[in-house]
Amino acid sequence: MKTKLAFYSLVISIFAVLAGCEPVMVLDPKGPQAETTANVIWISIATMAFVVVVVFGMMAYIVFKYRASRQSPDYEPPHIEGNHLVESIIVGIPVLIIIFLSIVTVKSTYEVEATPKGYEDQKPLIVYASSSDWKWHFSYPEENIETVNYLYIPTDRPIEFRLYSYGPITSFWIPQLGGQKYAMSDMVTKLHLAATVPGEYMGRNANFSGKGFAENIFEVKAMPESEFDKWVEDVKSTAAPLSEEKFKELLEPGHLGQMTFSGTHLKFLPPPEGEHGGHNH
Amino acid sequence: MDYFDRFAIPHPSPAIYASMVAIGLTVVAIIFGLTYFKKWGYLWREWLTTVDHKRIGIMYLISALIMLFRGGVDAIMMRAQTAVPDNKLLDAQHYNEVFTTHGVVMIIFMAMPFIYALMNVVVPLQIGARDVAFPRLNALSFWLFFMGAMLFNISFVIGGSPDAGWTSYFPLAGNDFSQSVGTNYYMLSIQIAGIGTLISGINFTTTIFKMRAPGMTLMKMPMFTWTALITNAIVLFAFPVLTIALLLGTMDRLFGTNFFTMTNGGMDMLWANLFWVWGHPEVYILILPAFGIYSEVISTFSRRNLYGYKSMVGSIVIISFFSFLVWTHHFFTMGQGPLTNSIFSITTMAIAIPTGIKIFNWLLTMRKGSIKFTVPMLYSVGFIPIFTIGGVTGVMLGMASADYQYHNTMFLVAHFHYTIIPGVVFAMIAGLTYWWPKMFGFMLNERIGKWAFWFIAIGFNVTFFPMFFTGLDGQARRMYTYSEATGFGPLNMLSFAGAIVLMIGFALIVYNVYYSTRYASRNISADPWNARTLEWATHSPVPSYNFAITPQVNSIEALWDHKKKGQPLFSGPIEKIHMPNNSGVPFIMSCIFFVWGFSFVFSMWIPAIITTIGIFVCMAHRSFEKDDGYYISVKEIEDTEKECEVQSR
Repeated sequence: MKTKLAFYSLVISIFAVLAGCEPVMVLDPKGPQAETTANVIWISIATMAFVVVVVFGMMAYIVFKYRASRQSPDYEPPHIEGNHLVESIIVGIPVLIIIFLSIVTVKSTYEVEATPKGYEDQKPLIVYASSSDWKWHFSYPEENIETVNYLYIPTDRPIEFRLYSYGPITSFWIPQLGGQKYAMSDMVTKLHLAATVPGEYMGRNANFSGKGFAENIFEVKAMPESEFDKWVEDVKSTAAPLSEEKFKELLEPGHLGQMTFSGTHLKFLPPPEGEHGGHNH
Repeated sequence: MDYFDRFAIPHPSPAIYASMVAIGLTVVAIIFGLTYFKKWGYLWREWLTTVDHKRIGIMYLISALIMLFRGGVDAIMMRAQTAVPDNKLLDAQHYNEVFTTHGVVMIIFMAMPFIYALMNVVVPLQIGARDVAFPRLNALSFWLFFMGAMLFNISFVIGGSPDAGWTSYFPLAGNDFSQSVGTNYYMLSIQIAGIGTLISGINFTTTIFKMRAPGMTLMKMPMFTWTALITNAIVLFAFPVLTIALLLGTMDRLFGTNFFTMTNGGMDMLWANLFWVWGHPEVYILILPAFGIYSEVISTFSRRNLYGYKSMVGSIVIISFFSFLVWTHHFFTMGQGPLTNSIFSITTMAIAIPTGIKIFNWLLTMRKGSIKFTVPMLYSVGFIPIFTIGGVTGVMLGMASADYQYHNTMFLVAHFHYTIIPGVVFAMIAGLTYWWPKMFGFMLNERIGKWAFWFIAIGFNVTFFPMFFTGLDGQARRMYTYSEATGFGPLNMLSFAGAIVLMIGFALIVYNVYYSTRYASRNISADPWNARTLEWATHSPVPSYNFAITPQVNSIEALWDHKKKGQPLFSGPIEKIHMPNNSGVPFIMSCIFFVWGFSFVFSMWIPAIITTIGIFVCMAHRSFEKDDGYYISVKEIEDTEKECEVQSR
C-alpha cells in the first residue's frame, strides 16, 4: 500500500510541475467564456481534491490499522450493522458538496450559453461556421466574405457563431476562447464567444467525423477591431468571388488548406435554420 | 467475380493477412485436435448442449477472456500509433476501425459476458437454487451472445470492420459516410448478442424472485445477488431501447429508410438519444455487479459483516433509477440549451451520492476488521482509490459548462477508463480469483496473482493518468495522429509505456491460470477462503445438482452464522432431484442466427429468408417438444456426496 501511495504522490507531483511550466490550453483562457469555464474547473478540482484526500486518508488509515498481520491471531471482528449518525454524515456531506457544485454549474452554464458578460450592449459579429468533410467554412454575412479553415475575429467584441454541418456531426471548439458545440446537418446551433487577448489560437472539430478527422483543424486569429476591419476591406477588394460551382467543389471530401473569398455561400445554399431547417413539417 | 468483391477487405494490411492465416490455422488445429483425441462427442454432450448454469458460466468466462485479449490487442495498437507524433504505423481508416472495435468488444463482448459468467456461476448458488429459472433459455442466451461475438469478430477478415466509433453516431454511420459493410456488422452482431442479454435479464430476474431458498427474504439476500437482481432489472428496461435503435439503424442502412439520415426528415440527434438511453444504464449494468463482488470480497477478507447492508441495497436501487435520468450528459454540447443541461447536470452529479455511500460503507466494513491481502482483496482495495479518481472526475464532467471543455477529449477517455477498469476489470479479476475454486476445484496461485495485480494497477495509472492532462491541453479523442507542435508527444509515449506494463499484467494472469492448472493442489475444502455466503456451503467444484439438500436460510450471512452460531443449514433427508435435460436446440438455433446475421450484413436475401424460417422452426420445435427433465436418484446423490467429501479431505 505504501508503495502505491508513494507512486501516486510521485505521479501527481510530476504532472503538477509539468502543468505549472506551461498551462494546459483549457486552463489558459483568452476570453470571458473560457475564463468562466476555467474557473469552474478550478473550483471543481479543489472540491474534488478534498473528497480524494478524505477517501485516500481514511483508506490508508483503515487498511494500515486493521490489517490481519498487526492483530493477535484470536482477534474476532465485531458484528456491526450500521449507525444512523455515521450514515447521515456519509450522505449529508456529499449532498452539501453536490448542492454547492450544482449552483456553480447552473450559474456558469447559463453564463456561457449567453452573450459574454460585459458585452451585452455591443452588436455581436455574426459568423456562420459550417463543416464539411474535413474542413471548416466561415461565412461573415454582414461583411459578405468567406474563408476556409481560418478565422479572423476582432477582440473585445462578442461573436455569435451559427454552426451547422454538410456531413457528419462535428464539434466546433476553440479551447482558449470557450467550450465546444455540435454542428449538425438539420439545424443551426449557436455559440457565443469573445476574445480579450489578440493572438493565434487552435480551433478544431472535436467530434469524430471519419478518415480526415485528425487534421480537421483551423487557425483562429484575434486582432484589434481596426486591424480586423482593414482585413475585411482587403479581402473584399482582392479575393475572388465564391460561386455556387466553386462551393460545391469545396464540399468534396478532403483537406483544402486556407482559402479566402468575397461573397458567402449563404445566398445560394441557405443554412438549415428557419424555413430551411430539417424538421419543419 | 463482382459478387465476391464485397467479401474482400477494403483496407488490407500485412497484419490482417497474418490474422487470416492464423485464424485458418487455429480452426484447422481445433478440428484436427478434436478428431484426433476423439472429443467431438464429449464437446457436444458436455458443453455445446449443456443447460447447467455453472458450465454456461464457464463458457461465458472463456469467451470473455478471449475477447479481453482481442480488445487488448486493439488497445495496444492504438497506444502504439499515438505514442509519437505523426506516426505512420496505422493509417486513419485502420485506426478508426481499431478504436471502434476496441470499444464494442470491450463493452459488449468482454464486460457483458464477464458479468454474466459470474452471475451464472454464483447467483443460483448464493440463493440455494438448483439452476436458473429457465435453464434452456440460459443456454440460448449464451449461444446468441457467442454467435454475435463471432459475427463481429469475422468483420476484420471478411468485408471490413465498423469504423464509426462504438457510439456509431449517424450520419457518420450511415451509408453516405460509412460505405463498407462494417457498420452492418455492428448493427447485426450487437443485435444478436443483445437479444441474448435481454433473455438473460428475464431469466435472472425470475430466478432471483422465484427460486430463493426457503427463509431467504429479499433483505436476506447476499449483496452480489442484490446487485445481480438490480442489474437485470436495468437490462429489462434498457436493452429494448437498444434493440429498436439497432433495428432502425439496420433499416436505414439496408432498406433505405430515413430515421437518422441528413435528408428527408431524418434526425441524427435521435440516434444519439436512443443510443445513450440504453448506453448510460449500460454503464450501471457493468458497474453494479462489480459493486456486488467487492461487497462480498471486502466482507470476507475483513472477516466482518458488510457495513450498512440496508443503505447498500438502497443505494443500488437509487443508482439504477438515476441511471435512466442522465443520458443527455453524453451530449451536453448538442445545443439543448442551459435549462436541459442544468437539469441533467444535477441528476448526473446526484449519482455520486449513492456511489459515495457505497465507498464509505466498504471502508467502514474494513474498519475493525481483520484485513487479509489475498489477490481478490488487493483488487478490491486497489479499486477504492482508483475508482474515487474516476468518480470525482465524473462529477467534474457532469458540470455542463465545464463539460463543454472536456467533451470529446482525452480527459473523458481517462475518466471512463478510471471508472470502467477498476469498476469492471478489477472486479472481474477479483471475482474470478475469488470464485475460481468454486468453479474448478483448485485455487489460483497467490504469488503470481499479486505480481499481476501490481503490474495492472501501476500500468493502468501510467497509461491513463496522463490523458487527463493531454485532454485539458486540447487533445481530442479518436485522433489517429497529431503534429509535434501540439506537444502531446511525451505524455502519449508515457501512456504507451503504461499500456505495455498493463499488458504484462494480463499476460501474468494467463500464466497464472496455466501454472495453477498444472501445479495447484486439488485438495481444497468447500470453503477455502472462510467465506460467509451460501455458495461456499457446497463442494468445490460444485456437483451438477448444487446442493444435496436445499439449504434453510435465517440470516443475511447464512453460512457464517452456520459456522459461528451453529444455525442449521441443511436439515431433512436427501430426496431425488429433478433436473433439466440437455438440449442442442439453443446451439443450433444460434448457429442459424449467425448465418442469418451474416446474410443481412451482405444483403443476401435468399439465405436471409431461409434462416429466418429456420429460427422459427427451432422455436416451433420447442413449443411441441415434450421434455419433462429427469431425476437424480437418492443413491446417486449419496455416492456423489461421498466422493466429493473424500476428494476434499
